[in-house]
Amino acid sequence: MSKYYVTIGLEMHCEGSLTNTKAFSSGKNEYTEEPNCNVSPVDMAFPGILPVVNKKCVEQAIMLSTILHARIPEYMYFERKNYYYPDLPKGYQITQNPPEECVGNGGYIDIERADGSTFRVDIDNLHLEEDAAQLTHLYDTSTINYNRAGVPLFELVTTPCLHSADDAITYLEYIRAIYQYCGISEADSKKGQIRCDVNVSISDDPNTLGTKVEIKNVNSFSSVRDAINYEIERQSDLKDQGRYDEVEQETRRWDESTMSTVHMRSKVDAIDYKYFVEPNIPRIKLDPNWIKEIQVNIPELPYERKEKYMNEFGLSAYDAGIIIKEKPTADYFEKCVELGMDPKTAANWLCTQILGYLYQEDISINEFYLTPELMNQITTAIKDGVISSKQAKEVFAKSLEEKEEPNTIMDKYSIKQMDNDSELLDIVIKVLDNSPEQIKQYKGGLTNLFNYFVGQVMKETKGQANPVKLKELLDQELAKR
Amino acid sequence: MMNKTIVELHEELKNNKVTSDELVKESLEKSHEVQEKCNAFVTILDDAKGSNVTDDLLSGIPFGIKDNYSTKGILSTGSSNTLKDYVPFFTATAIENLMSHGCIPVNKTCMDEFGMGGTGTTGHTGVQKNPWDLTRMCAGSSSGSAAAVAAGVYPFATGSDTGDSIRKPAAFCGIVGYKPTYGMISRYGLFPFASSLDTCGVLTRCVEDAAIVVDAMKGKDPKDMTSWDSSNINLYKDLSKDINGKKLFYIKEIVDKSNYKNLPEETEKHLDNFMTTLDKLKELGVEVDAVSIDQKLLNAIASTYVVISCAEATSNMSNLTGFSFGPRGEGNSYQEQMKDHRTKGFSSLIKRRFVIGSYVLQACNQDRYFKNAQRARRLIVDAIKEQFKKYDALIMPVGTGHAPKLDNTDKVTDDELTPLDEHLQIGNFGGFPSITIPNGFIDGLPVGINITGNCYDDQNVLNIAYALESSMDYKNQIAKEVK
Repeated sequence: MSKYYVTIGLEMHCEGSLTNTKAFSSGKNEYTEEPNCNVSPVDMAFPGILPVVNKKCVEQAIMLSTILHARIPEYMYFERKNYYYPDLPKGYQITQNPPEECVGNGGYIDIERADGSTFRVDIDNLHLEEDAAQLTHLYDTSTINYNRAGVPLFELVTTPCLHSADDAITYLEYIRAIYQYCGISEADSKKGQIRCDVNVSISDDPNTLGTKVEIKNVNSFSSVRDAINYEIERQSDLKDQGRYDEVEQETRRWDESTMSTVHMRSKVDAIDYKYFVEPNIPRIKLDPNWIKEIQVNIPELPYERKEKYMNEFGLSAYDAGIIIKEKPTADYFEKCVELGMDPKTAANWLCTQILGYLYQEDISINEFYLTPELMNQITTAIKDGVISSKQAKEVFAKSLEEKEEPNTIMDKYSIKQMDNDSELLDIVIKVLDNSPEQIKQYKGGLTNLFNYFVGQVMKETKGQANPVKLKELLDQELAKR
Repeated sequence: MMNKTIVELHEELKNNKVTSDELVKESLEKSHEVQEKCNAFVTILDDAKGSNVTDDLLSGIPFGIKDNYSTKGILSTGSSNTLKDYVPFFTATAIENLMSHGCIPVNKTCMDEFGMGGTGTTGHTGVQKNPWDLTRMCAGSSSGSAAAVAAGVYPFATGSDTGDSIRKPAAFCGIVGYKPTYGMISRYGLFPFASSLDTCGVLTRCVEDAAIVVDAMKGKDPKDMTSWDSSNINLYKDLSKDINGKKLFYIKEIVDKSNYKNLPEETEKHLDNFMTTLDKLKELGVEVDAVSIDQKLLNAIASTYVVISCAEATSNMSNLTGFSFGPRGEGNSYQEQMKDHRTKGFSSLIKRRFVIGSYVLQACNQDRYFKNAQRARRLIVDAIKEQFKKYDALIMPVGTGHAPKLDNTDKVTDDELTPLDEHLQIGNFGGFPSITIPNGFIDGLPVGINITGNCYDDQNVLNIAYALESSMDYKNQIAKEVK
């Protein structure tokens, strides 16, 4: 921790991935590994093309703006941000500027930390714009993939109001969840759908801001955390050494390979984007009734679900917090409950076995083999006493390993508890018959030999004995001897 | 045959006096002749064939397309080296609309590079010469279209108008040039110059033809958000010569001879001729008043236009980098390649305008130049709209006279003449419908008069032009070389 007062501002770019078409063109909006297949003439800026605003994107922006308690303007208004770069086919990006004209102006959102405390993040603005094409730099050449050119992009800018990397991440995770819950984006950083710019400054007291350093294009939340912490340390070190004047108002970039920030350009070299009105898009009056309709239809938000999980299902704040973090996880959980699984059981499986497995395999829950229906086979088997919870873990692992339904796995490997009384009784008698010495000692006061008998029976039954029943029978038979 | 109007040609086709193939053949022959003399075309479509003749007035009739309209499978250069080999894979909506009526494109016409410049001298294939006098310019930027229509290659050619690019060449070539209300014709597929001013339109030899062609080009286009539904407007059907009781105005400060200290003789004749034309209107029962507009606003027209058009142009043409289309520049980095493409590709005039555009948009200059120009634009438009409350249209002389010499030796340039030369830009500032028709000759060269009305009032503007045209002797004139 720095002994200085840290101030952080965030710009989060999130691609809208769930519209049919792009923000200003009829090009298909779909993530694909195949380059240059979702491209319209507009996306490649052939001469004579014109932008057409995607109404769905405006609808989504209004929804976000409402959730962020931001002011929604009377008109949608777009500007051009002009600069030359091979990934920008038109030579300008259609965006919104200044903040007063953006689809969301001002606003705030309250965020809950894992420990239950809350903090408020103030919003500067939310605007709708378009993404650039994707450049890949190879050894001596670069390739351009226009699939991404024109994909809707929401940029959410906070004021400098955050004070730790942890809070920054908690905020970002919650915003990501909102994008997912509202059906605006998968918000998948692996697909490059989320990118952040981070502003960090340090100072001696909370009332003055230090020199702001911007770190551009940080592409995952863990990198955001690392970049913030690196920058706090770098600036603090300089300040400690009395060299704070060397902290320059500049733009740096996060370098994954060296895990450090690297100078990109100084403030004096800042690009003049020559913003001006996009003349091809008339100011669009936003119908207040349409806005109301959008606002009424805002889906259940993550914190609302969290509260429901705690109040209705009795989950701990911690578990509920983990489950709501990503919508697909919460949806998975709700599906389990809907299938009749005990909510706490479902939450336990999710928070331990399942999320652990996903993390380890680096896959999303949507790619997870054991759907709620299949998981239900396991939990039902436990509930019905068919398998023990220990056996359940075995079924879980084998099922994932062999991509076979839990019921099939249980049959295939005869994983079940033996609770047929006479069968189990026979084995108990057999084990006791073979252990006269141990019985003598047991009777003589070595009561923990009881576990020895349990072990022997388990060995004989290949672990399939129902432990409760086994204990009953052992007690009964030992008493007879 | 090609000196006839659309309606006349349609009659001939319907009565089997001529076939569409024959018309196309004649038009192509004429194209080569005019190419020789005037250098009017970037491309002549020698394998063009006639089409079925239906009841549609335009069916079977050849026409020309300005080279800044995107045409699928046909070279479309915008008269620029940056697109010298560019063959688009989509057709501009306006051209698609037109061609759905069965008319046949026979050539792509030269222009000032991307519509920038009013001389017809900056295109990458050279200078366009005025068919009335080959030592003179056509004006621009629709120079090739104007030359071809005036020379009788076909009854009409498309044009585009950002400042006066249809209406001034029409005047200098003795023909009709019509720029409808902004957004009446989709701009999708028109290579942009300054999007807030760019308007598609047409050059013809009579008002009737202009109405027929724009009827076919117009319509709301889902690909152009600035286009609007004009399905209730039928320009040709509703043409009427009854303009009795209409009220027109002209801008006193620009037209009044007494306002000029050094009026060139040619301009004096031009203004006198304008007044003579007004008398004809009065005979038709039209009231024409001189209206005073703040001289400061009038003086601001030209600079307002330069600032706004250059700003939009520099941004609009940022797509021309030579990466995904156009000749790839040489160099070791993308910056070098872009620079090389643009250095070689653009004429010096365009580069100068990019510099201006870039300068006025810079954060430190934007308020002083770009934002002020937007304010001035609004004030000018408001001043004219105020008059449209009382008057049906604005009527003005086009330019300071006839076409100047290509070597520019015969024209006096004087700041006090600037508003007279540039006032047509008001039509683009307001998106107003505006038409130029020929109204006589000065020193044997044609001159024009312009009628501009309020937005969406195209019918009214055309009717006034139609009636006035009928009261004069310059309808359907074909250029006769005077020297």
